[in-house]
Amino acid sequence: MNRRQITLTVNSRDHEVWIAPSDTLLDVLHDGLGLADVRYGCGEGVCGTCTVLLDGEPASGCLTLAVQAAGRQVTTLRGLVGPGGELHPLQECFLRRGAAQCGFCTPGMVLTALDLVRRSVSQGQASPTRDEIRYALVGNLCRCTGYTKILDAVEEYAGRAAEAAPGEARP
Amino acid sequence: MRLLAETPGEARVLAGGQSLMPMLNLRLAHPDLLIDINPADQRPPSLSPGQDGGAVLRLPALTRHRVLAEHDLVRRGCPLLAEAVRHVGNVRVRNRGTIGGSLAHADPTSEIGCCALATGARVVARGPDGDRTVPAAGLFAGYWATTLAESEIITDVLIPAARPGQGWSFHEMARRTSDFAIVAVAVVLDLAERNGAIAAANIALAGVADRVVLADPALVDSDPDETAARIAETLDPPGDVHASGAYRRRLARVLTARALREASARAAL
Repeated sequence: MNRRQITLTVNSRDHEVWIAPSDTLLDVLHDGLGLADVRYGCGEGVCGTCTVLLDGEPASGCLTLAVQAAGRQVTTLRGLVGPGGELHPLQECFLRRGAAQCGFCTPGMVLTALDLVRRSVSQGQASPTRDEIRYALVGNLCRCTGYTKILDAVEEYAGRAAEAAPGEARP
Repeated sequence: MRLLAETPGEARVLAGGQSLMPMLNLRLAHPDLLIDINPADQRPPSLSPGQDGGAVLRLPALTRHRVLAEHDLVRRGCPLLAEAVRHVGNVRVRNRGTIGGSLAHADPTSEIGCCALATGARVVARGPDGDRTVPAAGLFAGYWATTLAESEIITDVLIPAARPGQGWSFHEMARRTSDFAIVAVAVVLDLAERNGAIAAANIALAGVADRVVLADPALVDSDPDETAARIAETLDPPGDVHASGAYRRRLARVLTARALREASARAAL
């Protein structure tokens, strides 16, 4: 394989990485850069454990080639954590509501839910309903929680984000 | 285009990658060359006058499903499609998946293929000899197969824009939201002016054959149940692990009748 060097911008940091053209973004983030918050689940784009934000939009790391991410902003769960290790308010909601058990699906859940809330806030819409949250998270499988507490957590965060003015809501 | 024509062995075009990448990961496909066309085209949807006095919605092949669901021109010009893509995959699939890629992949349960048939869409196919236009009804050749040449790619999808008074409806049955459809039905219809009964209807079905199919217009009756029963009789759906053939035929009848009623109600508004 003709390996090549590309620059990946992950969580606002540039990484020079050597990759094969067939490497997926998931391969490079998890195996290459050691980002354990991007996880291999199904390899088919169904389970959502490898979710990353690509220029702010949820994408499956397993269905994106690493070369396709060059020059774009890649955000993984740890990109939401503050410089001093402060959890993102949505993570706080997950903790408070007991929305993570084994935690394998949590990064994908949080990133996908964050995209949903950001969109409804930026479009000036009311806080997403429980059904809308359910619809947005249908591509993120959880085998522990039964989803109820995850919906509770996202609903709580969405309610707070909608209350705050769009400019004040932490992205 | 040059790579596609000149590569010895198999070259595959990578659009959104939401079908082809799983096929690669599952080793269902092993092309010699993968051609990523994503940087090639950033045009937005557009609306232009058509030949018959109506308007034509032009959707560049790389238009993502999310754009189809949210773009104002699509919501007004083809509300059927904007509604149907809500059934396609999950958030990540809709962010990356494209209309051209979906049509070229030609899955027999494709919501988008179904809408292309029901709206009388055409695709623009570009090959070494230039562009040609292929009606959706002549595009699908079988399971994951189209009539496009190996050296051709889809560049645009042209959809006659919805006219006032036209009715539309999309219904799908899947075990879970985001799953492949067991059966899906897309309807575009016109009502007779004198009595408000169904005068003509394009009825397309997914999940009932080796490709998405357009029902014979001659089977359309003013009575939705009669039409649905006639169409179901012509179908011989394959059975698989998700549903038996008989269940699919029954679904086709029930969903068709439902879609015809809803489309009629919309047209009468």
